[in-house]
Amino acid sequence: MSNILNVSPSPHAHGKETTRKLMFGVVVALLPALFTSIFYFGYGAMIVTATSVVSCLTFEYLIQRFIFRKPVTITDGSALVTGMLLAFNVPSNLPVFIIIIGSFVSIAIAKMTFGGLGNNPFNPALVGRVFMLISFPVQMTTWPVPAGFSTGYADAVTGATPLAIIKEGLKNGEPLSQLVTQIPTPSQMFLGNMGGSMGEVAAVALLIGFAFLLIKKIITWHIPVSIIGSILIFTLILWLLNPEKNADPMFHILAGGVLLGAIFMATDYVTSPMNPASMIIYGCGIGVLTVIIRVWGAYPEGVSFAILIMNAFVPLMNAYIKPKRFGEEIKNG
Amino acid sequence: MSLTVLLTIICLSILALFSSIILYFIAQKFKVFEDPRIDEVQAVLPAANCGGCGFAGCRNFAEALVKAETFEGLNCPVGGATVMGSVAKLLGKEAPQVDPTVAVLLCNGTPEFRPRTSRYNGASDCRISHNLYIGETDCSYGCLGLGDCVRACTFDAIHMNSETELPVIIDDKCVSCGACVKACPRKIIELRKKAKKDRKIYVTCSNCEKGGPARRACKVACIACGKCVKVCAFDAITIENNLAYIDANKCTFCRKCVTECPTSCIIEVNFPPRKSVIEVEAGVVNDNPNV
Amino acid sequence: MLKTFPIGGVHPPENKITADAAIEFLPVPSSVVIPVTQHIGAPAAIMVNKGDYVRTGQKIAESKGFVSSNIHSSVSGKVNKTDLVTDTSGYKQPAVFIDVEGDEWVETIDRSNEIITEVKLSGEEIIKKCLESGIVGLGGATFPSHVKLTVPSGKKCDVLIINGVECEPYLTSDHRLMLEKGEEVLIGVTILMKALNVNKALVGIENNKTDAINHLTKLAPIFPGITVHALKVKYPQGAEKQLIKALINREVPSGRLPLDVGTVVHNVGTAYAVYEAVQKNKPLFERVVTITGKSLSKPGNYFVRIGTPVRCLIEAAGGMPEDTGKIVNGGPLMGKAINNTDVPVVKGTSGVILFPKEESQRMEISRCIRCAKCIDACALNLEPYLLMTLSERGLFERAEHERITDCMECGACSYICPAGRPLLDYIRLGKTSVMKMVRERNMK
Repeated sequence: MSNILNVSPSPHAHGKETTRKLMFGVVVALLPALFTSIFYFGYGAMIVTATSVVSCLTFEYLIQRFIFRKPVTITDGSALVTGMLLAFNVPSNLPVFIIIIGSFVSIAIAKMTFGGLGNNPFNPALVGRVFMLISFPVQMTTWPVPAGFSTGYADAVTGATPLAIIKEGLKNGEPLSQLVTQIPTPSQMFLGNMGGSMGEVAAVALLIGFAFLLIKKIITWHIPVSIIGSILIFTLILWLLNPEKNADPMFHILAGGVLLGAIFMATDYVTSPMNPASMIIYGCGIGVLTVIIRVWGAYPEGVSFAILIMNAFVPLMNAYIKPKRFGEEIKNG
Repeated sequence: MSLTVLLTIICLSILALFSSIILYFIAQKFKVFEDPRIDEVQAVLPAANCGGCGFAGCRNFAEALVKAETFEGLNCPVGGATVMGSVAKLLGKEAPQVDPTVAVLLCNGTPEFRPRTSRYNGASDCRISHNLYIGETDCSYGCLGLGDCVRACTFDAIHMNSETELPVIIDDKCVSCGACVKACPRKIIELRKKAKKDRKIYVTCSNCEKGGPARRACKVACIACGKCVKVCAFDAITIENNLAYIDANKCTFCRKCVTECPTSCIIEVNFPPRKSVIEVEAGVVNDNPNV
Repeated sequence: MLKTFPIGGVHPPENKITADAAIEFLPVPSSVVIPVTQHIGAPAAIMVNKGDYVRTGQKIAESKGFVSSNIHSSVSGKVNKTDLVTDTSGYKQPAVFIDVEGDEWVETIDRSNEIITEVKLSGEEIIKKCLESGIVGLGGATFPSHVKLTVPSGKKCDVLIINGVECEPYLTSDHRLMLEKGEEVLIGVTILMKALNVNKALVGIENNKTDAINHLTKLAPIFPGITVHALKVKYPQGAEKQLIKALINREVPSGRLPLDVGTVVHNVGTAYAVYEAVQKNKPLFERVVTITGKSLSKPGNYFVRIGTPVRCLIEAAGGMPEDTGKIVNGGPLMGKAINNTDVPVVKGTSGVILFPKEESQRMEISRCIRCAKCIDACALNLEPYLLMTLSERGLFERAEHERITDCMECGACSYICPAGRPLLDYIRLGKTSVMKMVRERNMK
């Protein structure tokens, strides 16, 4: 027989999932949010997204090819996902040079210095975003008002986000009942007609993406549900205690980056915990921290910081919270 | 300077002073007495922390040396006689005479000599392949070529030759720590006594099957014909389990066995070419830069 | 709601190409090679010499010790030699080479087709008969059955579980056996019940074999105590611990046996072999083997004599396809790849699968993205990504703490890993190292 046979240890079959398919699945889930952001913010959205994606991919290619001298893996889709998520976290009129700096921080510092895909402890897109927020606070907190393709890019008309309005207002002592007239209605926020970063505006688009991710088994329900659930419960308690000083739970969930963070950022494979019990603790931690920062902290938005803080605890959770093994003897003997 | 700054400086200085006093007393109270000679011995050792002495690092070995009555069984293969001599002088003991050794691969099964009969497609690890099956050839004793020894070496002394699919040991860099010997799942790397000019004569085969199956699997296998034993005037060669073995202590490098071997599985390394040349097509010889 | 095991599991494509192929008898080959290690435990000691004439069903190797098994000749003819042959262990093992002459059976074997329902032997006699007839677990583990049927003092068994699950893709030997020899299988179950002194037996069958489920459900009422249960299709439902959990909701503790939760599991093939041994005096020298593969022209199920080289099976299936890249002895998830076709069929061979070249190469390995799909897939709730890293780095004490020895090597983790990491390869390495470490520790 001229056939030389292949021999390898079992198993001799493999499922259809590959890293690339999972990453591209996330990209597809982000498309509804991408389209709504282009719909509301026009050219700005397109420029910001394109710049972010291209610079992320470029930095990863350059570092892998010339510094690491190892095979280039930009086609596995992870830099593409980071690029899109980074774009969704910023205002649509952010100057190009800031986006490039942000991409550099995300890819080179938050991902590559740790060894590349799979080794980073912190969510790269969030590290980039927080870096840009702290280094360029003015540009990162001037949000264009949605006006479709007439929003413009460098010359966009800007206004405060609903979260900022509420935060400032409450600090100045205005009662909530008065403030709610200045912010969009819940249905407007659900559909995305509000100021904010590109990814956070349209709740409906993000929820469609969530459904897609669940159906394709790319993520499980544990993290998003525990984040949203804990925010809901915490803000519900606060609102019931003092309806004039605290916004209602629905507002907290629809405004700001809660949905984007819960569905896409906190569920990043590399930086989230690996077993269901840890995931729920992780999600609740993010929820509680977000509300604390929003209500008592200096920033109007707390999701990015909350996720980064919980990322720091993930290795600890992975090491100590173990799944209950099959046949684990709970009693001795 | 304002009062605030002055007060801050004074407070922090007092704090620092207090902390250092407390730390000093704690350090004194919980001090572990260590023989100062351990530090001296450790300074002499090569600091490779390779484990070749059998201890977990140079410090551990230094402790053992200081505690030991004699140096029986204690040797640093990396530092060799010079280091052991210095340590002996320091501690006022006798350094034993240990022959330097070098790692040698007892297999010459290149693809040319040992045909590949299957393709291994699993994880690139010799132990895994060894646990799975006979290997890509018909010899269940031979080198698997997946590099466990290369990965185990911390002295950069072994490299895989992609043409011969066998590891090549660089004598100058090999310190005989034994890591590769431990790593090889087939146990076919041996630490052989080093001779002058790095010369070696050894049987490049580990196959214990009878001559027929061994030769069918590999052209340069040892078939245990016994000719080498007969021709050796120094009783250096023995045959056990269908495999010949040359004792490096008895071998005088007369090279008669090399000529006599019908399958060319005994090879000579680092010798000048002979007058009547029998070309030995050993992959190992060709790779040696000293020839 | 179909019963199933709650944690883990994957859904590989079933590929039961031969599900409708009725079992045929493979013609006796011209020579057979019967290895002496076909079971877990000590190899059997060869009792015949070169030149001896043996008959079909004659004992040719004696079981050595309690955990061992007798081996019988599957053909009649002359012993050519006792030599080494490469078997599924990947290495050469001693075996008896027999040149076939005719097909003369030992006279005590009942060759008639009559189905004998009445079980005349007592429980103890049944166990002795299993030992004499060389019965081992035919689900693939090949554990000597007489050992499994001997309940040590201090342990109790209140229910017998019969494994008709056949969760591995491609394999259909158990399916066809249940369909075509259903009554014999159930008689075998009653024999096993008698040996264990239990009055309840549950037969678990995966729901992709509805014809077998219906057939056995119809026959079961004749046999008191036997009930048939359909189970959800999920790999590895056929694993002992998962089957026990699904059927009777008991969890076998880590490191223990099913007997510790009051049950014993036997494969349907073993039940059939027990029927033949006890009712027909026929020792184990023949079994149903599935020969299958997408490129084969005539895949099918055959009664094969032990010792038949795999190449005879391939010839019966229409010859070796041009594009064959890999041949697997067993199922695609737990079977062993062989490197030549002279490997003989042994007691544990449930199937032979020929994979075309496109399906014979492993995926390229890339980095672990910590997606946790391996943890989702593990039916024992272990953490394969961690066990692989610990084994690679040699951190065997920590691996022991993480229960690496619980792993049943089902392959679901490697199957599902999107990065193509060789999880099971390293976990196996870790297991052997940890077990060696534990043995050395216990010896001190």
